[in-house]
Amino acid sequence: MNSQEDIDGSVAPSAAVITKRTAEIVVGIVVAAFALLAIVSNYKLGAGWADDGPQPGYFPMRMGIAIFLASLVVLVQALRKNDRSAFLEQAQAKLVAIVLLPLIVYIAAVQFIGIYVASALFIGIFMCLVGKFSWYRSALTGVIVSLVLFWIFEIMFTVPLPKGPLEQLFGY
Amino acid sequence: MDDFNALLNGFATVLSWHNGGLMIVGILLGIVVGVLPGLGGPNGVAILLPLTFTMNPTSAIILLSCIYWGALFGGAITSILFNIPGEAWSVATTFDGYPLAQQGRAGEALTSAFTGSFIGALVGVLMITFLAPLVAKFALRFGPPEFFAVYFLTFASFIGMGKESKAKIVIAMCIGFVLAAVGLDTISGQLRMTFGAPQLLRGFDFLVAVIGLFGISEILITIEEGLAFRGKNGKIDLKVVFKTWATMPRHFATLLRSSAIGCWMGITPGGATAASFMGYGVAKKFARDQDSFGKGNIAGVLAPETAAHAAGTSALLPMLALGIPGSATAAVLLGGLMIWGLQPGPLLFVEQKDFVWGLIASMYLGNLSGLIIVLATVPLFAAILRIPFSIIAPAILVVCAIGAFTVHNAQFDIWLMLAFGIVGYVFKKLDYPLAPLVLALVLGDRAEDAFRQSMLASRGGLGIFWSNGLVGTIMTLAVAGLGWSLLGSLRERFFPRAAVTESAGGGATQPQG
Repeated sequence: MNSQEDIDGSVAPSAAVITKRTAEIVVGIVVAAFALLAIVSNYKLGAGWADDGPQPGYFPMRMGIAIFLASLVVLVQALRKNDRSAFLEQAQAKLVAIVLLPLIVYIAAVQFIGIYVASALFIGIFMCLVGKFSWYRSALTGVIVSLVLFWIFEIMFTVPLPKGPLEQLFGY
Repeated sequence: MDDFNALLNGFATVLSWHNGGLMIVGILLGIVVGVLPGLGGPNGVAILLPLTFTMNPTSAIILLSCIYWGALFGGAITSILFNIPGEAWSVATTFDGYPLAQQGRAGEALTSAFTGSFIGALVGVLMITFLAPLVAKFALRFGPPEFFAVYFLTFASFIGMGKESKAKIVIAMCIGFVLAAVGLDTISGQLRMTFGAPQLLRGFDFLVAVIGLFGISEILITIEEGLAFRGKNGKIDLKVVFKTWATMPRHFATLLRSSAIGCWMGITPGGATAASFMGYGVAKKFARDQDSFGKGNIAGVLAPETAAHAAGTSALLPMLALGIPGSATAAVLLGGLMIWGLQPGPLLFVEQKDFVWGLIASMYLGNLSGLIIVLATVPLFAAILRIPFSIIAPAILVVCAIGAFTVHNAQFDIWLMLAFGIVGYVFKKLDYPLAPLVLALVLGDRAEDAFRQSMLASRGGLGIFWSNGLVGTIMTLAVAGLGWSLLGSLRERFFPRAAVTESAGGGATQPQG
């Protein structure tokens, strides 16, 4: 299976971090594991037939079996197709990380400083570092977006969003 | 005649100041949602749904369905001016739309795209007006076995008509079913697959899943291509509009074919994306000047837009008449019905006449005002895309996070949204379809309930699904369709054809190459 030389590097603008084949296999295995989890969990719950009809695990366990079988097909197809083109190139991975990592920090921050302050910081810092805007324009945009959101959610629709110490200071 | 009066009442409902205003707000928001990558029809509707919890259902559905129409219109703007499909269903529009814009004929291309959309939608709404009440009346006789059969047919046709690998469709759909089962089982009262985590007691909310799968993942895919928007100028003056409209009769056959394709693909859950590609392909096949397609042929813009809009509109027919949505956005709207306390299904036409006919009337008016609004405001919305992505991306992510939070006021849901976003990103890149997952997540409990109720009635015999002509026919159709498509994919394996359509059926913004 590995006899073929990897020639796709010449096509791609930057080296591949992961090939499509690897990605297909990894996802296939993860999906299969998910299916096994569903099968085992529902089997323990009771996936058979009771006097009053199917037990609660009956339906989900069969779905789990279907997923498991289909993931085997996907794995076989991935091995036979042997697609060495890039699933993710280095340059792409960098760009995705630029969005994904700050997003994770942002979501974690929401718990501590509330969604409005976190959003202002997220937008401001992202603009400043990624978009190379001057710091005062970034800060201004972040604050304005947060204020608009505050006005829409807390005042117009009275939908409470997570708030932190700053909002408490103002009595919200 | 009764229905006609009800429709007139619906028009009266929509034309009140309050609802008319909501309609226009909905369309404007929808165009924004359609223009921006990362915010799509299903996602936009899902984010705004929590804000409508306290609204009157008729006003709420007018607002949300108009966001849908707006998004259908808006997708064409970016396709034609920027060569970036704002939506999956406007990918086919870029083939001829962008070349036209490069030749300085953007106004013409936009006008025909919007007009095509409008005509497609009109055909879809007309069909809903006449067909939906009949289907609903017919479906009133349905019991649990019949409903399960229809669900089964829906899911079978998803597998049958999907362009992706059959195994991947099965995986996506069944993951949806399994996720739908997590939490409290309504029939036995037992907990399923919660693994002792209190956050999982509620189960997975499809709104959170939609925001992650369609929103977050789209942003990740968009940023990956390192977007720099460099668009053509899109100014439309009335002279161009009328000149383009004058040529419309020439494209009568194309419009008709695309509308028919769209209606069919909308009712059977083929979806707007598949319909647009099919519309484009068929228009090209029937054209005398096939070579001009891809280089800037007006028919190449008209055909996919008409089909996509017809499909997007008629996807609401099964949702209204049977409680089974034909597209991801329709699935979100259906979820909305349940949240507003309405029971989806054929009884809707009997018990909630005002609601149903208000919605249908708003489809006519929403699409008409959508056409006028979009023609008038193209430059404004094209300007949105000139805002740097480093501002738009975090802003969209913030809006998504807020949308996920407001569904249940739970911070855990924001993490869930992120998880679904990553899953969606990986699935999209590997051509796993996302719509079946969402549909199964919405319908899973209902399909399972129908199945278990049928089993209770028959004491566990599968024979109940063939116990009368009606349910037997539907069930046989579904089984035959499923078998046919699986056989087809086997045949494909042994006699592979050139995979021309394969890349076309995938996600909107698949990287080329």
